[in-house]
Amino acid sequence: MPKFIGNNYENKPFSIIFAPNLDNLKGLRYMSKDIRIKKGLNINLVGAAEQTTSKAVLSNVYAINLEDFHGITPKMLVKQGAEVKAGEALFYNKNIEDMLFVSPVSGELIEIERGARRRILTLKILADKTQSNLEHSKLDVNGASAQQIKAHLQKSGCWPFIKQRPYDVIANPDTTPKAIFISGYATAPLAADPNYVLQGKEAELQAAVSALAKLTPGKVHVSVGKTGSSPLAGLNGIELHKVSGPHPAGLVGTQINKIDPINKGELVWTVSPQDLVIIGELLLTGIYNPERIVALAGSSVKAPKYYRTKIGTEVATFLYASGVNGENFRVINGDVLTGSKSSQDGYLGHYNNTVTAIPEGDDYDFFGWNRPIFNKISATRALTFSWLQPKKKYDLNTNTNGEHRAFVLTGQFEKVFPLDIYPMQLLKACMYKDLDEMEQLGLYEVAPEDFSLTEFVDVSKQPHQQIIREGLDLLQQEIG
Amino acid sequence: MHDLKMKYKGKKMAPAINAFHTFLYTPDETTHSGSHVRGADDLKRTMNTVIMALVPVLLFSVFNAGYQHYSAINGFPENFSLMEHFLTWDNAWIGIIKILPLLAVSYGVGLLVEFIFAVIKGHEVEEGYLVTGILVPLIVPIDTPLWMLAVAVVFGVVIGKEVFGGTGMNILNPALTIRAFLFFAYPTWMSGDKVWVHEARERSEAILAGASNIDAISGETVLGYLAQNNGAAMEAKYTVMDMFYGFIPGSVGETPTLLILLGGLFLIFSKIASWRIMLSAVLGSLVMGFMFNQVVEMGWITETSKFYGLMNFEFWKHLIVGGLAFGIVYMATDPVTGAQTNRGKWIYGFFIGFLSVMIRVFNPAYPEGVFLAILLMNVFAPTIDHYVIRGNVKRRMKRLENAVIHPKDSDGKAAELQAETV
Repeated sequence: MPKFIGNNYENKPFSIIFAPNLDNLKGLRYMSKDIRIKKGLNINLVGAAEQTTSKAVLSNVYAINLEDFHGITPKMLVKQGAEVKAGEALFYNKNIEDMLFVSPVSGELIEIERGARRRILTLKILADKTQSNLEHSKLDVNGASAQQIKAHLQKSGCWPFIKQRPYDVIANPDTTPKAIFISGYATAPLAADPNYVLQGKEAELQAAVSALAKLTPGKVHVSVGKTGSSPLAGLNGIELHKVSGPHPAGLVGTQINKIDPINKGELVWTVSPQDLVIIGELLLTGIYNPERIVALAGSSVKAPKYYRTKIGTEVATFLYASGVNGENFRVINGDVLTGSKSSQDGYLGHYNNTVTAIPEGDDYDFFGWNRPIFNKISATRALTFSWLQPKKKYDLNTNTNGEHRAFVLTGQFEKVFPLDIYPMQLLKACMYKDLDEMEQLGLYEVAPEDFSLTEFVDVSKQPHQQIIREGLDLLQQEIG
Repeated sequence: MHDLKMKYKGKKMAPAINAFHTFLYTPDETTHSGSHVRGADDLKRTMNTVIMALVPVLLFSVFNAGYQHYSAINGFPENFSLMEHFLTWDNAWIGIIKILPLLAVSYGVGLLVEFIFAVIKGHEVEEGYLVTGILVPLIVPIDTPLWMLAVAVVFGVVIGKEVFGGTGMNILNPALTIRAFLFFAYPTWMSGDKVWVHEARERSEAILAGASNIDAISGETVLGYLAQNNGAAMEAKYTVMDMFYGFIPGSVGETPTLLILLGGLFLIFSKIASWRIMLSAVLGSLVMGFMFNQVVEMGWITETSKFYGLMNFEFWKHLIVGGLAFGIVYMATDPVTGAQTNRGKWIYGFFIGFLSVMIRVFNPAYPEGVFLAILLMNVFAPTIDHYVIRGNVKRRMKRLENAVIHPKDSDGKAAELQAETV
């Protein structure tokens, strides 16, 4: 039986709280241990962002896309046409009323775009010429209690940056995670380099990490790349891990699995390092400043580089500054494996610090299934020759390179899936909705992004991330 | 072609049209969810790779059909030369008139069944049969009547595959289901010494009927000789190198061990087939063969035993005669019907090799066991996987014992917990 700390789950004696928690000692085993990932696949694409940062033009309109907040039912706090300050709440989470979602800029809420059954899709704010911020009090992290920190982060709109596993949703502030994980190592194709974008943000990072450390009795695990110098490496009060290996070594799910895997009933929280900067700045200055340095990358961008801009900004404000190749390309909020499809007149997502533009692949390929292939990446050597040049950079488009089929091949996913989980069996369990099996095979430990590489290599072209997302939703709905 | 696809979109015939279209073109489909870019391979490429690995075997079998036929009539040539005696038009002609019809019937009937099911059930035609279709003619005796093959293919595809839901869902290897159907439905056609060489059967029937102007020809397989404890006659006829190169009678394409070996290496190199299954199956057959050798060595059975010939056959030679090598490389590695976990593949492969040799030795009716062994292990593969996966689940359950589960703040315990842990 798991050790229940406290007795809210079953009728356990209250005294169990006073039992020494040996598990905290177990963490010692992992101290300063390197994580070396062997299974995986680096997808090298052309169009990596050059490490220079320009300031993006100010956007006229900023948008909040509700799809970024999976599972949140919004309740509006302001009406269409209302004036809001930067950092002022627009809506709250229907289930947890204290959890506020705030405007990135000051301006007028000009549009509430709704979909089927009046579900809110997007909120658009017309920015003022002169910005005014909603100022919160500063919070002395060292003197604050967990409750105070939680309340502060929620009312300032920083809480949604904290995600939880299982289920890969925004964390419930009413809970206590066994540990918090931060991955400062990016291995996804063309992803923003955390070492670059976090430069000079040590104070903010430290403030945020110190605050997070109060929210868990466990550890704050921070992973950085084995090579390169990360501003995260010098933080106090963290457990530092040095990670090396191919993608998905940089995914937080991989690191959780190697450091301290999630068990049924356990919770861990994850925060991405760029969001820590926003949290840290709020704690230090009292101002919610959703500024980020975004990597604009991909083969459809003429001069890929970094831009300083804000969450919710129009992508066009920096996309065209770098120039684009051709007309028929796809703009992706995030990296090519896990990002969400956007458009040339789309907006920067809430969690993204990479925007990728790659060509659409909506064209037929004559005898594409048996010709030798030199210009695409493959995990096999079936007349595909990407194995000859592992360092070569490829210009991939969005073609599926084949049609949807039943699972046939086996053993392919395992080669790119470093977690101690049987990927195909878990996917199948999600497809036939066997809750017991989903649990037993480890669905608690994964997020859809962990299945992005298996999805990439799958010859049957099954939608892995969607299958996992639906599985997680079902599990959350049934078990909670 | 693109227009045609559009025209039939949403109609009953759409899967059939799409299947033709997709044969010519990789579709213009782009990603809708999840990863925006995808790997270069699709299932067709995978299947195509397996077919490429089979083509040399098929070509060899075309020549071997004629070579065995003429050699049975005229005797095996002395001073064998590859160009002069093997790669000849005469040999090829026999192969062409005998093997191409088998291939045509296999593909024609099999794909027809697939198309019918695709149209009825409204799903796409999946590529599974592309490999099955070329495997089938290679694992049957050369004189198999075409109607018999057609019946077997219909049975194999419908019962072996479609009733389970089509490609990817079947439990038994469809090609082997077809082979097994032939074996059990028409046993006299599928065994004995008169089926492995073209015309052997017709001639013996004609002689029985009283014809005197023709000679009987025999096409006993190596295993056939051994099963009759006639190892000496076999050795006089075939050298080890004959067996390795495949210049021996047998099912159409099972004999050329060298080409099968190369095909297997190609499949391993291209990362399409599992090296674990192949290697462990080879090990399994060697272990069983070696055990039988030891039984003879210990004197537990004598030359009078009917198992003596096969048991005394040197253990490693089992791999170069009969269908064992072919089965290990092309059939045991079928990912759908085989074990799906890496550990399971070791177990699965080992037992295929082990049981193949065992059945080969003890089967009274027919001295070959690989197809039965693979079918048997097909049935057990899910069980093997189940226990392998249970291991993973158990590890997770064990971890659960040390799980750290914190109460919710709203339960009022958090403050006390905080005091305890901070």
